[in-house]
Amino acid sequence: MGTLLQVKGLKTQFFTQDGVVNAVNGIDFDLNEGETLGIVGESGCGKSVSVLSLMRLIPSPPGRIVGGEAWFQGRDLLKMSEEEIRSVRGNKIAMIFQDPMTSLNPVLTINQQVSEALELHLGMDKRQARKRTIELLEMVRIPDAANRVDDYPHQFSGGMRQRVMIAMGLSCNPQLLIADEPTTALDVTIQAQIIDLVKQLKKEIGMAVIWITHDLGVVAGLADRVNVMYAGYIVESADVKDMYADPRHPYTLGLLGSIPRLDAERKAKLTPIEGLPPDLIDMPPGCPFAPRCRYAIDRCLEENPKLETVARRHSVACWVDVTGGKR
Amino acid sequence: MPENEILLEVKNLKMWFPITQGIIFQRHIGDIKAVDGISFYIRRGETLGLVGESGCGKSTTGRAILQLYRPTAGDVYFEGKNLCKLKGEELRRMRRKMQMIFQDPYASLNPRMTVGDIIGEPLEVHNIMKGKELRERVMELLEIVGLNRYFINRYPHEFSGGQRQRIGVARALAVQPDFIVCDEPISALDVSIQAQIINLLEELQAKFHLTYLFIAHDLSVVRHISDRVAVMYLGKIVELTTRDKLYSDARHPYTQALLSAVPIPDPVVEEKRKRIILVGDVPSPANPPKGCHFHTRCALKIEGTCDVVEPEFKDIGGEHWVACHRVA
Ligand SMILES: Nc1ncnc2c1ncn2[C@@H]1O[C@H](COP(=O)(O)OP(=O)(O)OP(=O)(O)O)[C@@H](O)[C@H]1O
Ligand SMILES: Nc1ncnc2c1ncn2[C@@H]1O[C@H](COP(=O)(O)OP(=O)(O)OP(=O)(O)O)[C@@H](O)[C@H]1O
Ligand code: SF4
Ligand SMILES: [Mg+2]
Ligand SMILES: [Mg+2]
Repeated sequence: MGTLLQVKGLKTQFFTQDGVVNAVNGIDFDLNEGETLGIVGESGCGKSVSVLSLMRLIPSPPGRIVGGEAWFQGRDLLKMSEEEIRSVRGNKIAMIFQDPMTSLNPVLTINQQVSEALELHLGMDKRQARKRTIELLEMVRIPDAANRVDDYPHQFSGGMRQRVMIAMGLSCNPQLLIADEPTTALDVTIQAQIIDLVKQLKKEIGMAVIWITHDLGVVAGLADRVNVMYAGYIVESADVKDMYADPRHPYTLGLLGSIPRLDAERKAKLTPIEGLPPDLIDMPPGCPFAPRCRYAIDRCLEENPKLETVARRHSVACWVDVTGGKR
Repeated sequence: MPENEILLEVKNLKMWFPITQGIIFQRHIGDIKAVDGISFYIRRGETLGLVGESGCGKSTTGRAILQLYRPTAGDVYFEGKNLCKLKGEELRRMRRKMQMIFQDPYASLNPRMTVGDIIGEPLEVHNIMKGKELRERVMELLEIVGLNRYFINRYPHEFSGGQRQRIGVARALAVQPDFIVCDEPISALDVSIQAQIINLLEELQAKFHLTYLFIAHDLSVVRHISDRVAVMYLGKIVELTTRDKLYSDARHPYTQALLSAVPIPDPVVEEKRKRIILVGDVPSPANPPKGCHFHTRCALKIEGTCDVVEPEFKDIGGEHWVACHRVA
């Protein structure tokens, strides 16, 4: 499996009245062809900003990508001209967002919206595009697609709208699908439908996926690899099974300890992470997690640890070895 | 206090919202059957969880119990008194014993009031205390919910979501209620903060012998905190049982589908799990399906029965109730 995407030192800031928001602070990660990467972390940790930066969709001002590289099929996405990146977006890389209603145009029918992308990117005529649109809707299991294709978005339920977004995303056979909390606003049974769908489509099409979520359960069922983010940093990165069986960062441990499991035999007491995430305008020196960390040593308060390999395909940014030793 | 005392009993509760048409002459053209005949009880000191998907009627149930909506039909007995029949001063006095904690810690606190005023308000409204005594009590409440007593003069916007939710909890506790409806109290919070609030609610329950109706759509959270769990679908309770049986012995096809849809944070478990993928969407409560409300999505439906006859909410023994024709 070749590398599809290689991100190095990506750094994005927002220059606001209150000061500089350090949203993404120099992150590195790779994604292989056909692989599913889950990005987890709590609200404001930089999940959306990191992928929006890759797609060059950061509103500027106030935002700016201040450093880094993002190699996709031999080209640096961050150095492309506006025109080049536009032809990548919605074509080789597709993106779906949390709220499908805001990404669909309410005054256009489903056909008009999906067809537009096909006509624009693949040069199809109206008839071909309509036929392909119906196929795509069938592929994402919209019942009675041939008739529903002329409906407006408000005539669809939330789950159906999200499936339309996926259909639009897939219309140009992307190599990479970026999904930013696509199921967070949906009920669990509908979420299960969407996840099931994406898994099947992945098998059929072989695309890579970046799936952003704060739900550690969703990642466990979907991802091959996981990046855990905290305060604009990737603090742990591992294959999915290693991340859950052998978590190495105190924050990852904290997250896993603070969620109840549906299949828990008996009622185990939850161990919350005390305190709050740091202010990204006024970051503490040292490790960003140190003020909340149960393992913190003096060094943590002074020096920020870098992401380092601790096992095969497993890296962690922490001064302490939570398994016992000291690094 | 007897061990198994029933604090709250709901009998065939219905809450319908009229649908009207016309601007000047409002014609009644139908009803949204948000809650459509549900029955259950809660013992003193117990937590009953109420789960179900968006729009199934969970919040409406909570509000109708507290008489924030006057129910369309049915009875709500609290300490033996039928709240649906109470009015005026008598109802007001009973209401003191029942409080509510809301989902959105941002919207539910008045931004122009200080924390002290917010928490103290119910004490003033019910003429329980005022002045210095009130201030002292508010500071005590702040400490009970894990906040600093000197936050009393601050405003809600100065606090994080989790801290605001603690303020909401302190306000609910102010009048020393017996019963609290927790309506999605952690859904708007970050994962790392959710556990803080869950633990707080559990501690307070033990300390003050509180009874909870805990509403949420997250089955893992509900199962964690509850003694028994009721599963709602489209205005009905389809199954009610103990937290253990809910996972090991769910009988209703909807409960089974719901359980199978909940992701478990363990890739090894996830790999082996079988999902029951429900087709279609939840029908409208303005026009629920005949017979069993779930039959339009049920893989086990019996043609000619499930789409015609409404299944009875049956006691199958061992603290387990199910409404399904397949379950004898
Ligand atoms: N337009 C903007 N102006 C100023 N700050 C911004 C802007 N957009 C994002 N930020 C800040 O950047 C940080 C990272 O935001 P981001 O949207 O990536 O978070 P996230 O991890 O996606 O969170 P969520 O789970 O809530 O979606 C946040 O602190 C946010 O406040
Ligand atoms: N005041 C009202 N007037 C009219 N319809 C209402 C009213 N309140 C609720 N409804 C409707 O009643 C149904 C049940 O709503 P309710 O808020 O109880 O659902 P819920 O289970 O709490 O959902 P959620 O998980 O989204 O909070 C919904 O269809 C809703 O639109
Ligand atoms: S580096 Fe120190 S503070 Fe940071 S997470 Fe590790 S142990 Fe905690
Ligand atoms: Mg985001
Ligand atoms: Mg609700």
